Amino acid sequence: MTDTPVTDAHDDIDEDRRNFIHIVTGMAAAGGVAVIAWPLIDQMNPAADTKAASSLDVDISKVPEGGEIRVLIGGQPFFIRHRTQAEIASARNANTQSLRDPQTDEERLVPTPDGAYNPAILVTSGVCTHLGCVPVGPAQGNVGDYGGWYCACHGSHYDTSGRIRKGPAPSNLPVPDYRYVSDTVINISL
Amino acid sequence: MSGHESTYEPKTGFEKWLDTRLPLPRLVHDSFVDFPTPKNLNYWYTFGGILSIFLVIQIVTGIVLAMHYTADVDHAFASVERIMRDVPYGWLLRYVHANGASFFFLAVYVHMFRGLYYGSYKAPREVLWILGCIIFLLMVATAFLGYMLPWGQMSLHGANVIVNLFGAIPLVGEGIKTWLLGGPSIGNATLQRFFSLHYLLPFVIAGVVILHVWALHVPGNNNPTGVEVKDTRKDTVPFHPYYTVKDGFAIVVFLLIFAAFVFYMPNVLGHADNYVEADPLVTPAHIVPEWYLLPFYAILRAITFDIGPIDAKLLGVIAMFAAIAVLFVVPWLDTSRVKSMRYRPVARQFFFGFVAACLLLGWVGASNPDDPIIPLGSDKLVVEYSDENGLAAARTFEVYDEAAAFRDGLGEEAGASMAVQKAPAFTFLHLGQILTLYYFAYFLVILPLLGLRERPDEEPDSIHKSVLAREPSAGTPIAQPAE
Amino acid sequence: MTRSKLILAALAGLVIAGSASAAGGAKHPHGPEGGFPFEGPFGRFEDESVQRGYQVYREVCASCHSMKLMHYRNLGEPGGPFYDPEYPNANDNPLVKAFAAQDEILSSQPNDVGDYEYRPARPSDPFKSPYPNDAAARAANGGALPPDLSVITKARHGGADYIYDLMLGYPDPGEISDDGEIEFREDYHGTLTQAPGQYYNPYMEGDTIPAWEGDPRHAPPGGFLAMAPQLMDGRVTYMDGTEATKEQMAYDVAQFLAWAGEPKQTNRKSAGLAVMAYLLIFAGLLWFSYKRIWRNVSH
Repeated sequence: MTDTPVTDAHDDIDEDRRNFIHIVTGMAAAGGVAVIAWPLIDQMNPAADTKAASSLDVDISKVPEGGEIRVLIGGQPFFIRHRTQAEIASARNANTQSLRDPQTDEERLVPTPDGAYNPAILVTSGVCTHLGCVPVGPAQGNVGDYGGWYCACHGSHYDTSGRIRKGPAPSNLPVPDYRYVSDTVINISL
Repeated sequence: MSGHESTYEPKTGFEKWLDTRLPLPRLVHDSFVDFPTPKNLNYWYTFGGILSIFLVIQIVTGIVLAMHYTADVDHAFASVERIMRDVPYGWLLRYVHANGASFFFLAVYVHMFRGLYYGSYKAPREVLWILGCIIFLLMVATAFLGYMLPWGQMSLHGANVIVNLFGAIPLVGEGIKTWLLGGPSIGNATLQRFFSLHYLLPFVIAGVVILHVWALHVPGNNNPTGVEVKDTRKDTVPFHPYYTVKDGFAIVVFLLIFAAFVFYMPNVLGHADNYVEADPLVTPAHIVPEWYLLPFYAILRAITFDIGPIDAKLLGVIAMFAAIAVLFVVPWLDTSRVKSMRYRPVARQFFFGFVAACLLLGWVGASNPDDPIIPLGSDKLVVEYSDENGLAAARTFEVYDEAAAFRDGLGEEAGASMAVQKAPAFTFLHLGQILTLYYFAYFLVILPLLGLRERPDEEPDSIHKSVLAREPSAGTPIAQPAE
Repeated sequence: MTRSKLILAALAGLVIAGSASAAGGAKHPHGPEGGFPFEGPFGRFEDESVQRGYQVYREVCASCHSMKLMHYRNLGEPGGPFYDPEYPNANDNPLVKAFAAQDEILSSQPNDVGDYEYRPARPSDPFKSPYPNDAAARAANGGALPPDLSVITKARHGGADYIYDLMLGYPDPGEISDDGEIEFREDYHGTLTQAPGQYYNPYMEGDTIPAWEGDPRHAPPGGFLAMAPQLMDGRVTYMDGTEATKEQMAYDVAQFLAWAGEPKQTNRKSAGLAVMAYLLIFAGLLWFSYKRIWRNVSH
């Protein structure tokens, strides 16, 4: 029975054991807080219904030649463009070595079920790689200096293969994960 | 205690620099590290810490749930189930939030009973007590608002009953009701404003909690003896690590019980009806509030009689609000000079009676008021018919066969019908009325009179001496488990 | 303080009493003998039974009852009856795709000319509803709305036990006369008369006194519902060859609905185990820490 809360002598005697149990307790507390934090962080990730609604079948036979259609998947725009012979030729003839993001036109296409390529149909993301604006295209009457798309926000010009040719954008319009379900239907998924 | 010298010593250059500009570390150190705390606080005193943890839990999970919830009558119910099904860990967040409300109230009731028992409301802690009452009132409001959000049957019709209470106020009642609801009945406008206020009020609570802690730290903690600290060195220990670890232990034990509910019986404290989407055309058979409001609901329903010009409905509403309002004036109703009921043998018995009354009121609130607790006699059968003169007549029977024979023996023109005559009984209503009477008598009669009449036991001279006296083998340097 | 403990115990008792309050005049459901495998802290769903239950729902219940909160993908998600580790994304699970494709649902997107067309459902779609809206459902069911079954086990006292007992609780057709009269001779004495389109069930919440010819102080428990008895032996032909007795179907569909009511139930229970273990250890550590710190202070 002592009057003072804790005497220094006892502190010294029990220093090691006391430290040990307190350190373990402190670590358990810190570990617990870290684990509790995870559900609070993870809940902001896409929910199951959002993830489930992340693919779409598109009928490409309805895209007019020389035009494009735009679809939204999970809120993201995608371009499906039916290119003219001239546009295909211009996409193929570009000198890929001199491009900012070198890619051949064929690398930006996906084979149909029979293994061939359908160069008339180009599928790209509809989000400018600069700062996320949606470029204008044939439907808006402005295809930029290279015949593809033009991003009016900061002046990026894309060619008929969706490759960046001029302006601030750092890379080509990405090609989404898609496949030919049949000759006329493609399935795009995020 | 009040005016205790700051012991904070800034060590690093940065701490010194900050201390002359924003002495926040000094405030924290003096309030939660080196704060002199009576060394005899028992586990009933850990509920303040438990409550602050639950306030944090509710605010954090609430903010997160609001990221996924949709306050729209067409989508609210489905959005809550979407949280349960699709949002990562959404089921956990929602169950923690829903059961957290229940455990928040459980803790606050223990905290309040502790204050009543040890006289923590008495001078110089009246403001501390009143701030606590305000927090409780805000908690009730927040819980009520939040209960509407899942948009189940209980959400809608429970809220409807409570809002209709305001309609009982003379002259302005209907106007207030319409103003609260934003229309003639509960609708989308109501849901949206309830959501907004449900988000706001917890932050108001947090603000009042800061005042509550401030008001605590001016006079310092009360303690089970009710004797104020005389010698800081002998009577107190620094808050940290002594009470951080003790509160911490109690918090974890409480969380253990909480986790058992969250993970293994998450819906036990709720109502099945609230998993049925709200339908304004059908009121569920048994409208009851959440368990933590049942005692007040019982008081509301106990008033079934008019007094003078005031009708029963308004009187019930007044009684229910008075049951909370009376808490605000307890510091002036209790006339005893002795704080702790440890030294008030008679008051202690009345206090335990009061706790029992509150628990029983909860039981009454959950039950149908007309159901018998103790039946006095058995139900009888009454055959009503019109006699040969065409006058209404009735005969009472004990046995069904006799009643049926009599009824069938009457001619068709008698138009006989059989009904049950309920036997007189001691019902939940009667119990509720007795308990309501005791509830108010405790505050308004017993506490004022007893303080003047009672002869209290002798109080110890100091906290330190009281501890010595309770020590079974004084002199051994072994800590005793707290009571 | 033993008194304090008494108060706590009483409080706990009150909480339990309050929650179990007022079951009305219906018979208390007990469920199948031996209970369901998902009950208790360590209980888990029996996948085969949930799968069969889905078949019962589809072939029997789904013609009247919607499950608007359920999606086909839920069947193949972790914890779901058709979950296959080979297809972590339930959208790719061929069984789930096949179940979805069997149902034609009205597209929520207009076609090129602005009309809404029927199309085969995809795994991300909600279960097909039997009626386009509540009014149509009422009209087709004599004015009674068949409740949505998504969370029915959470919305009824007794949960899966209630479903099981309700399904099997109807009196035998042989006990009912052509006029809808049911004779009671044992626990109750009298005659209960079913109105046309109404079916007596002791587990249904309700009131039998108005239809009861007998002592009104001892009327049988339960009430009437607009759903005729649905399960009779052999009503479905189970894909896995299990014999479809009505007890088996009630057991399976009750378990399916218990899963559908809370698909994350299994996650919850296993997470709970870890949390409880952690809290126990942490409480122990704190206790020792507490004893060390207070060892020289009498209090």
